[in-house]
Amino acid sequence: MNEPTLLSGRGLGLDFGGITALADVDVDLWPGEMLAIVGESGSGKTTLLNVLSGRMAPDQGAVWYRDPTGHLHDVHAMPAPALRTLHRSDWGFVHQDPRQNLRMGVSAGGNVGERLMAQGARHYGNIRAAALDWLAQVEIDARRIDDLPRTFSGGMLQRLQIARTLVTHPRLVFMDEPTGGLDVSVQARLLDLIRSLVTRLRIAVVLVTHDIAVARLLAHRIAVMQRGRIVETGLTDQVLDDPRHPYTQLLVSSVLNA
Amino acid sequence: MKGYNFAYLDEQTKRMIRRALLKAVAIPGHQVPFGSREMPLPYGWGTGGIQVTASILGAGDVLKVIDQGADDTTNAVSIRRFFARTAGVATTTATAEATVIQTRHRIPEKQLREDQIIVYQVPQPEPLFRLEPSRAETKRMHGLADYGLMHVKLYEDIARFGQISISYDYPVMVNERYLMSPSPIPAFDNPKMDMMPALQLFGAGREKRIYAIPPWTRVKSLDFDDHPFRAINAPHPCGLCGATDAYLDEVVTDNRGGRLFVCSDTDYCAERRAAGHIGTDGFQEAAE
Repeated sequence: MNEPTLLSGRGLGLDFGGITALADVDVDLWPGEMLAIVGESGSGKTTLLNVLSGRMAPDQGAVWYRDPTGHLHDVHAMPAPALRTLHRSDWGFVHQDPRQNLRMGVSAGGNVGERLMAQGARHYGNIRAAALDWLAQVEIDARRIDDLPRTFSGGMLQRLQIARTLVTHPRLVFMDEPTGGLDVSVQARLLDLIRSLVTRLRIAVVLVTHDIAVARLLAHRIAVMQRGRIVETGLTDQVLDDPRHPYTQLLVSSVLNA
Repeated sequence: MKGYNFAYLDEQTKRMIRRALLKAVAIPGHQVPFGSREMPLPYGWGTGGIQVTASILGAGDVLKVIDQGADDTTNAVSIRRFFARTAGVATTTATAEATVIQTRHRIPEKQLREDQIIVYQVPQPEPLFRLEPSRAETKRMHGLADYGLMHVKLYEDIARFGQISISYDYPVMVNERYLMSPSPIPAFDNPKMDMMPALQLFGAGREKRIYAIPPWTRVKSLDFDDHPFRAINAPHPCGLCGATDAYLDEVVTDNRGGRLFVCSDTDYCAERRAAGHIGTDGFQEAAE
């Protein structure tokens, strides 16, 4: 990998009172790469995701982001408007619960179009065309464009959230347990969809999951977290087939057919 | 009037309101909080506008008060009389003669001048309040000029009704920076706010906010390139004066479906009739 990194975290540390949420965490992400952060619940995965995405400030360390022109930005030193702009254009965030991200009182088309309009799109026809295009890409029937999300099933809501996030062609997407809470067949379709979209659009993804199978299916690289530290990191297959750290061994052996 | 300070409010309160006004003028379209006082009329009747008027009124001012364009409705009459008694200022119904115009729901048809001030009564100063329930969040959105949500509302309108269905309180962008509620004036009046020579002040008493548009400031109604802003008006001439360029009220005249469309700006209509203009339902002033 001679390409410069897209996102780097160096020496990240964060305490919640006496609890260590993150300690001495280094993370690198290259363009178009999918990095999975796995670990049991309470190991600091979601905290790390929040720190990397600038939503939570670390006590120690810094997160660096390289913009399309090659300039490095310290994410936590950025002015709030710049960070907000980043979040609604170059970056995306996919929540476990799509209701957190979607506007439930706004039609599917409006939900997909919001990021475009926030970026200054002012042509109704174009916004509508983009919304239709993205609904098709996430396999939602075009006739549902004017329906409210509350009439959608759980899997459809998650796909709508993905359409809403990817409509601005972000370079980097943070995903927090995107398949959590869905039944197995829906999960499989969604994983397939995420994988094909991300590969085709060459989006870099930081994926938080407790599900080793999801990590194996999607991620190029994997980082295993335990008590706020990254205990092992490497290529996904390498780490999962030949785990070195005792905790990773435990994690892998506890999953059937992982 | 004995026992009251000039224009009802005490000087310290006026001072506080003037400071808020200065800040509001300095940041066009930005909502400035102020310590709204109890006034001798209920919230929703113009407590914000009346406090702003009381703070800017001088002994030499000539005051005009309109409610839905009319000088002769309850709200307009009582506020005009209130200031005539508490400040002893001259009052008028003629737009051209007034130096301060307090208004509810309309802008006069006659072009305002640089030496005039128009004060709007505002029930809800936050243009995003139906879309985003948290006031902390809307403040952040204003701070970051993050107004995509307002366009989502317009998008939803077009998707559902085929057009933008907002007919009053149509959101505007002030000086290409702040999203602002123009108070519940008809969308028809929005273009008058753009590059208006007069100073425009807005007071919301219950919500405790003041905002302003300085003279000669850009005010743009939000729209889409392919669904441009349209000023909506009834497709009729005024029944009394024949005006085709004025905002019209629909008046039910009988219970057999009779309708009369008349200028909502009574001063404008009267002036035109005095000049000899006559509509289809009008009559000669001289024959009265």
